[in-house]
Amino acid sequence: MNGYLKPLPKPSKVSAPFWAAARRHQLILQRCERCGTFIYYPRSRCPHCFDDRLGWQQVSGRGVVYSFTVVRRAMSRAFGDAPYVLAIVELEEGPRLTTNIVAAPEAVSVGMKVTAHFDDVTPECTLVKFKPAEE
Amino acid sequence: MSLKAKAAIVGIGELKPSKEPGESTALELMAAASAQALADAELDKSDIDGFLVGMPFSDPGILYPSAAAEALGLRPRMLNQVDIGGAAGAGMVWRAAAAIDAGMCRAVLCVAADLNRLGDQRPPMISTAREFEWPYGNIGANCGYAMIAQRHMYEYGTKPEQMAKVAVDQRKNALKNPLAIFNDKPLTVEEVLASRMIVDPLHLYEIVSPVSGGAAFVVSGPELARRARHPAIWLLGAGESCSHATITYARSLTESAVKQSATAAFAMAGLKPQDMNLVCPYDCYTITVLITLEDAGFCKKGHGGPFVMERDLSYAGDLPCNTHGGQLSFGQPGLAGGMSHVTEAARQLMGRGGERQVKNARFAFVNGNGGIMSEQTSLIFERRT
Ligand SMILES: [Zn+2]
Repeated sequence: MNGYLKPLPKPSKVSAPFWAAARRHQLILQRCERCGTFIYYPRSRCPHCFDDRLGWQQVSGRGVVYSFTVVRRAMSRAFGDAPYVLAIVELEEGPRLTTNIVAAPEAVSVGMKVTAHFDDVTPECTLVKFKPAEE
Repeated sequence: MSLKAKAAIVGIGELKPSKEPGESTALELMAAASAQALADAELDKSDIDGFLVGMPFSDPGILYPSAAAEALGLRPRMLNQVDIGGAAGAGMVWRAAAAIDAGMCRAVLCVAADLNRLGDQRPPMISTAREFEWPYGNIGANCGYAMIAQRHMYEYGTKPEQMAKVAVDQRKNALKNPLAIFNDKPLTVEEVLASRMIVDPLHLYEIVSPVSGGAAFVVSGPELARRARHPAIWLLGAGESCSHATITYARSLTESAVKQSATAAFAMAGLKPQDMNLVCPYDCYTITVLITLEDAGFCKKGHGGPFVMERDLSYAGDLPCNTHGGQLSFGQPGLAGGMSHVTEAARQLMGRGGERQVKNARFAFVNGNGGIMSEQTSLIFERRT
């Protein structure tokens, strides 16, 4: 045990490639072969056209902060290290994802440019977080 | 097909909320609230043949409706759990009306109660939330509503003092409600903004307080409604819509499914927002009220902030809103919190608002909201004289 107490993702058969790529510090998304839509979080069928022919594609890791909050009092004891920045990032490719911005809370604003930051939280698990983009 | 004036609320029951967990179980609180509602309707338990219930977070379990019906000694011909979060109370109303209109039952008891404590078991969470939300700390409702408020401020220039005004005006209402947990002193915008920041930009006084409590109401068809002691409060319109579960994956953070649910409800009723004498929008947070009023058509999209500044939301004002104090001042007894908007609308239209009675109240708009602006149920009620 390395003492990491926060909840960890339990990958499913469908989502396993996403987490395996994160482990390699790559951001990949599903893309529907029928309608071309990028999809997050991983599904067995496209949430737009319901086709099941979904492939994986590496994406830029670039996005903007769509919204965020500074959680000053967490609902879970595992996040006793609050405050932390919880955010919704909108990727260049379209999908939004729930993530953390690795930056001082006062440095974060809606609309700011960010890039993927891979946080190896345990030897087995890497979370996809974001940090302010360098100009 | 329409549910317009097919069923009415004929009796209400509501327990005084308490911050204390208390000695009773949630099922016992349900029985107490149900007994009040039955007595209020002057109906006997044997008149009840439909049962809708909200599951308490303090004592969750599968096959909940039969367990609750058994505890209450009911033998319903229609029973179900309404699992749409804070929209459950509003959702029960039209489900009851639909069952009555379909001839499946004559009188439906709707009830929910909860305790201000966690039970031995936590309600299970869906695997997608555990996998893609929890690891980043997106846990509980505060986070989602904070990000909604942040985005609303970004898109429309909404100001913290505009959101705070909702809590302040609703507190004026709570001062006249003996049941409300915060009914002892007024609240100012300055006090709201000086209260502790919990999840930016939401302050402590903009967030509901969990309490122990319970509520119930009886929905019946015309036959029993005529026998009722108090004026029957008719359902004129209902609409429901759900756009997402986790706000991250909603098309918009600031435009909610209230647009669909309220449009459907007003269309069924043949009425407009301007016809309403009273509004009871779900208020888990201050921002929820702004977005609900916008999307239900009470003001232009994005103008919720300036709109509440121009209006007096108190029971004596030009847009009486959550005259019981709202959950923000009344307290949130689990899913019974969302029933308080229904019971207050019925109470007011029945003319039983006491010191906070809205004058000449005939039409009321109620909105239930579940999850993170996820499930929306809109209702229009009328007192027919
Ligand atoms: Zn597709």
